Amino acid sequence: MKSVLGDRRAIAILLGPALVVYTLVMLVPVVWSFGYTFVSGNPLEGFRFAGLSNFSRLVDDPDVHAALLFTLKYAVIMTIGQVVIGYTLALFYVFVLRRSSTLVRTLVFFPVVVPTVAVALLYQKIFQSAPRDGIVNELLVNVGLDRVDWLGSGTTAFIVIVVMDIWRSVGFYGVLIYAGLIDIPDDIIESARIDGARGWSLFRRIVLPLSLPILLSSIIFSINGTIKVFDSVLALTNGGPGSSNTPLTLYMYRTAFAYSDYGYGATIALLLTIMCFIVTLFIFRSARRDITT
Amino acid sequence: MLLDTEAQAPAPGRAPARPGRRPGAARRSVRRLLVALAIAALLVVEVYPLFWMFINSLKSSNEFLNTPSWSLPVDYRWDNYTAAWETGQLATTIRNSVVATLPSLFFIIVLGVAAGFTLEVMVWKGRNTVLLTILAGIMVPGQMILLPLFTIYFELHLTGSLWPLIITYTGHGLPLTVFMMATYFRAIPREIFEASTIDGAGMIRSFRSIGFPMVRNAVLTVALVQFFLIWNDLLFAITFANRRDLNTIQAGLLNFSGQYGSLDYGPLFAAICITIGGILVLYLALNQRIIQGLAAGAVKG
Repeated sequence: MKSVLGDRRAIAILLGPALVVYTLVMLVPVVWSFGYTFVSGNPLEGFRFAGLSNFSRLVDDPDVHAALLFTLKYAVIMTIGQVVIGYTLALFYVFVLRRSSTLVRTLVFFPVVVPTVAVALLYQKIFQSAPRDGIVNELLVNVGLDRVDWLGSGTTAFIVIVVMDIWRSVGFYGVLIYAGLIDIPDDIIESARIDGARGWSLFRRIVLPLSLPILLSSIIFSINGTIKVFDSVLALTNGGPGSSNTPLTLYMYRTAFAYSDYGYGATIALLLTIMCFIVTLFIFRSARRDITT
Repeated sequence: MLLDTEAQAPAPGRAPARPGRRPGAARRSVRRLLVALAIAALLVVEVYPLFWMFINSLKSSNEFLNTPSWSLPVDYRWDNYTAAWETGQLATTIRNSVVATLPSLFFIIVLGVAAGFTLEVMVWKGRNTVLLTILAGIMVPGQMILLPLFTIYFELHLTGSLWPLIITYTGHGLPLTVFMMATYFRAIPREIFEASTIDGAGMIRSFRSIGFPMVRNAVLTVALVQFFLIWNDLLFAITFANRRDLNTIQAGLLNFSGQYGSLDYGPLFAAICITIGGILVLYLALNQRIIQGLAAGAVKG
């Protein structure tokens, strides 16, 4: 029986194709890309060995510093926004709407599945200021405030990016945390109520501690997604105005394809991969803690 | 306390009003008003932008420039949709998206489910190493495999077709699929497969007639997760299929906006509406599955 469960021919037939595709599309390119970090040039003009110069350039490049800073700033603000608003939403579903929350959950979730470019173009129009105002500026003018050239300056464009991406993703975090909250056994909450816990103290002493694991996974999942931000920024502002809102992913893409420097592009990609790797280590550590508690 | 437990009764939000019976009644209706306001605010924020886009997709450029953007269209310009369909080459981009997505999904499912089965149900030396190696792929960002793949596809003269997208989506989607499938197979008692081997079935037979049917529901979940990841991909789509006639929906929309977006407002809005509308139909049909699937994919990924 053991020999059937370990049948080599079956293993080869069932696992072989997946392993071959995975190796050719993922493993080989990752190693190959690592190799690119030691050269400069591109496939059309040929490559020259560049030693470690790509790495020293990476360390000194002010554009990389700016892109790294943008990526971190975006990741921190988005993570806080997604998790805090998502948690609030989940509390609203569980404790206020209770069993009738399905319709609201479904509606709020919808933007999650809409293609990013469509959302970005929609937001360009919502926050438009020329040749005519979009709905946001119309609102501002109607309540007596000044209209804003939203996509014209780095700071306001950043606000639009964050608002858009929160709008797009918050239904997802609402559902994710909701799933964690309904796992809290009813009788624990019920007995806390009998002991006199209400509102804030019920939340502070019972709900919050019991939902810490799902909160932690949401935070890590959010960081993991936001440091790879690409589509929404590319489609909304193309990294602009100027290069004020360019994440590492987009800077890598430009370096490789607009400036045809594969070597340096691969070096930036490696930096990005290392960042993802560090976050993943945290995922594994927190996952293990989930099991032991 | 009595009031609180009453509010816990089934079908809340429609708790029967008993006017004048208790002092809590007034407080409860204030509470209900607040809840209604919160729901309304939430829906305005999440749904109104979509409605706003729809009404503006029916206006002429002239009307869009000269009337408030929230007003309803004066005459309904449905021809914006035909204009969007033609200038945006939506027939082509939709076809490209379908041609790139469906084969990728098929390969991901067939290869991923079989691999998940082998790695979780079967017993052999080294399977943990292989599993970890595949799982490591979940964290690799697309940028890290972009340049070598581009070189490979260029050398193989595949760049004029959608094959680069199909191959890349399949390989890139496998790690998460294998991981999710392995988790689902873990939930099935191994005795079932041991019994089938005692009955004389080989492992391939066990997989085809027991393993695969038992995870059929999970396969739909995984397929939905992968569908949205592929359908909404932009990075690979603009890198490997940037020729106008190979554009997927996302890339095509981006190019359309770049070329005509500042002039033809109506058709641009219409093109976005068509893009979102297609997804909306799928979402209306399968929303609970989609929501559960994406949440499950996140927790496991």
